[in-house]
Amino acid sequence: MLGVILFVVLNALFAPVSVLAQEPPYFITYSDYMEEPGNLDITLKSLNGTPKYGNPFLSQTLELEYGAKGWWTTEVYLAGQHTSNDSTIFTGWRWENRVRPLSGEHFINPVFYVEYENVSSPDKSLLEITGHDSMSDLLLTNAQGRSKTERSLETKLILSSKARGWDISENFIAEKDLNESEPWEFGYALGISRPLALAARGSACLLCPENFSAGAELYGGLGTAEGFGLRATSHYFGPTIQFRVPRGPNISFSPNFGLNDNSLGVLFRFEVSYEVPQIFHHWRAR
Amino acid sequence: MIGQARCVVIVLGVAITCAAMESRWLEKVPQADRERANPYEKQPDAIAAGSRLFANYCAQCHGSDALGRGKRPSLRSREVQQATDGEIFWLLRNGNRRRGMPSWNSLPEPSRWQIVAYIKSLGESRAGEPARETEEKHR
Repeated sequence: MLGVILFVVLNALFAPVSVLAQEPPYFITYSDYMEEPGNLDITLKSLNGTPKYGNPFLSQTLELEYGAKGWWTTEVYLAGQHTSNDSTIFTGWRWENRVRPLSGEHFINPVFYVEYENVSSPDKSLLEITGHDSMSDLLLTNAQGRSKTERSLETKLILSSKARGWDISENFIAEKDLNESEPWEFGYALGISRPLALAARGSACLLCPENFSAGAELYGGLGTAEGFGLRATSHYFGPTIQFRVPRGPNISFSPNFGLNDNSLGVLFRFEVSYEVPQIFHHWRAR
Repeated sequence: MIGQARCVVIVLGVAITCAAMESRWLEKVPQADRERANPYEKQPDAIAAGSRLFANYCAQCHGSDALGRGKRPSLRSREVQQATDGEIFWLLRNGNRRRGMPSWNSLPEPSRWQIVAYIKSLGESRAGEPARETEEKHR
């Protein structure tokens, strides 16, 4: 595994060019965007939060996203976190696949998502909220939680539309714990975004509006099969902004505000992603 | 002998099907889309902007000279250059996922028209232009 990571990182560093991804500026919500075939997107996601009565934490997730086919994107996540006055631990991995069943563009474009998760309880990446996830889950110490590993299957129905430069995406999440006989857990994520300019300028520029996208996200839990609803779970809302550095990385930032007592007051999300075009082409060419 | 003949027929069938699929996307374009006019046609600023967008999004597969790379087709072929602006715009919007061409619908519509203006400004490739891979090695 270390060898694969090293290869990917070195390839990213020494690849002759990087390209811009057309991904919207979301942290939680998925759009119908699929990774371009043959491209590898390397993303480092950071999440900082301070639970009430708990210690501040910093979660880091490395995401490797590969465009296997025009209709199929596959990703691996490696997650870890550091909690103040506690420790730093690796919390687990996820393997995700997204498939776009329809060719061509439609008013609403569906994408199917399936993910296998193998993460320990102290995981604080909050890549989605499902079931009755709440702030109390984040109060466990690393020593208390690291022995419990959750293996689960997560599915999402992703719906996405485009209109006049706007992206509007809705995700419905269903998750099943494979270890224990717990009911299905549900969640949602909604996102809307738009580039600050729809047409590009003729001359090269760094800070011109077409290099920025802005939007907002709303996400949270929907309870379980035994108790479906918006209560007894957490919900967040936040603006999001993305800067696409020409011939460089995409940089995104979003403060997420908790909407009820089960949520943290504020989460700060930061992401840097770098797209390596046609990774195996470069590899073979060397 | 009969087995060999079957193999030849199958291989020929696959080759003919693949060749037919190359141009199949053109047949799918609705008439209304075919006739759409490019609001940026032949505008120097838009062509320059399209050139930058092409370098960011398209050159990775089609090469910075648009002559294609490996299995990725040339955009300076007669087929593409003789297609209408509306047809190319339709392909950018819908992609051809089974053939590896993604949809670029996440790019705003004006940006896609700028890319079309740039592609059409390149014209058909002529003999003597740099070969695909030679050009790649100089990047």
